[in-house]
Amino acid sequence: MHELSVCQALIEQVTRVARDNDARRVISIVITVGPLSGVEPQLLEHAYPLAAAGTVAQDASLVIETVPVRVRCCSCAAETEAQANRLVCGACSDWQVDVIGGEEMLLTRVEIETETASIH
Amino acid sequence: MCRDCGCSLGPEATRAPFAAGTNSSLKIETIEVITAILGENDRVAAHNREHFDEHGVLALNLMSSPGAGKTSLLEATIRALDGRLRVAVIEGDLATENDADRIRACGVPAVQITTGNACHLDAKMVHDAAHDLPLAGLDVLFIENVGNLVCPASFDLGQHRNVTLLSVPEGDDKPAKYPVMFRAADLSLLTKTDLLPYIGEFSPERARGALRQIGFDGETIELTSRGGAGFETWLAWLDREVAAQRERAARGESARPRVQPDGASAHAAGSRPQR
Repeated sequence: MHELSVCQALIEQVTRVARDNDARRVISIVITVGPLSGVEPQLLEHAYPLAAAGTVAQDASLVIETVPVRVRCCSCAAETEAQANRLVCGACSDWQVDVIGGEEMLLTRVEIETETASIH
Repeated sequence: MCRDCGCSLGPEATRAPFAAGTNSSLKIETIEVITAILGENDRVAAHNREHFDEHGVLALNLMSSPGAGKTSLLEATIRALDGRLRVAVIEGDLATENDADRIRACGVPAVQITTGNACHLDAKMVHDAAHDLPLAGLDVLFIENVGNLVCPASFDLGQHRNVTLLSVPEGDDKPAKYPVMFRAADLSLLTKTDLLPYIGEFSPERARGALRQIGFDGETIELTSRGGAGFETWLAWLDREVAAQRERAARGESARPRVQPDGASAHAAGSRPQR
């Protein structure tokens, strides 16, 4: 259950973005997660409110965009989707492949509310 | 020389305003960020790696399930080396000093990190522990991670190589069940092979096949910590890696595990992800 640590790191990043952009509050957070990152989206969702409590992101919604594992075959050059425990070419079944997607654990977007300078 | 004393690594995350919202006094903005969630851990890990490189120390991260034989392997390794390489160990466990005590009994320095309920080591824990070790006088620093086949794989510690252990009683399909962990290995050790005669269900060939299926293309060594040919092969691997690290350090270069947690690989590329 390292998802709580991951969420705490996420909140630190988001708090920094909010501070740098003079945000009053964070409305939503978008992250991208692949199966080879080693984190489980559902567990992130459970851990997130614990990490966000009492921060500028307390009421923000967490949007998790999942991406598939993708491999490029070293033999036939095909780019196909694969399973995390079966990293083989979907076209020719060769196991010598380069992973080109699925390792992501990224903060991609933060939606914030700010106060404009010209009030009244 | 540390972040605590003011040095910093890596640029700030790329960010730019993306879209403006209403024209009232409150405005909604979407900020494009694209940064590693574990970016701070990666930054500290890079800093650790600089410390290790500065002293020419090879840092190895040992990962496996609890009970696969990490500490026994280290005890046997330290005894077999008999001072030929200068070794220290960072031990990670939820509780107790037991493992560090076992290592100290072999005559080498050890620092125990007790993580409480945390299921993995992170770069900051290793940084603090490393400061209690005489890095300048070392050839190898073993970091024995918390026994866990899931969480440790996601955190860069600043190590140069990952070594995973799969013990015979665990079953030969473990790599298929825990692909992220076993894929992270630079060297895969099949341990407790002295039990093979009693555990016919375990096939080293099937274990190797499962490792290939998850994209592991490194070296696999079958061994028991009680000695023998496989154990000698492990010691030879260690010697080669220590020599390679010395050469790299002399050239001012470094090395990273073949597979990096996502954020760390973004740093390794030397550029920030593009918007």
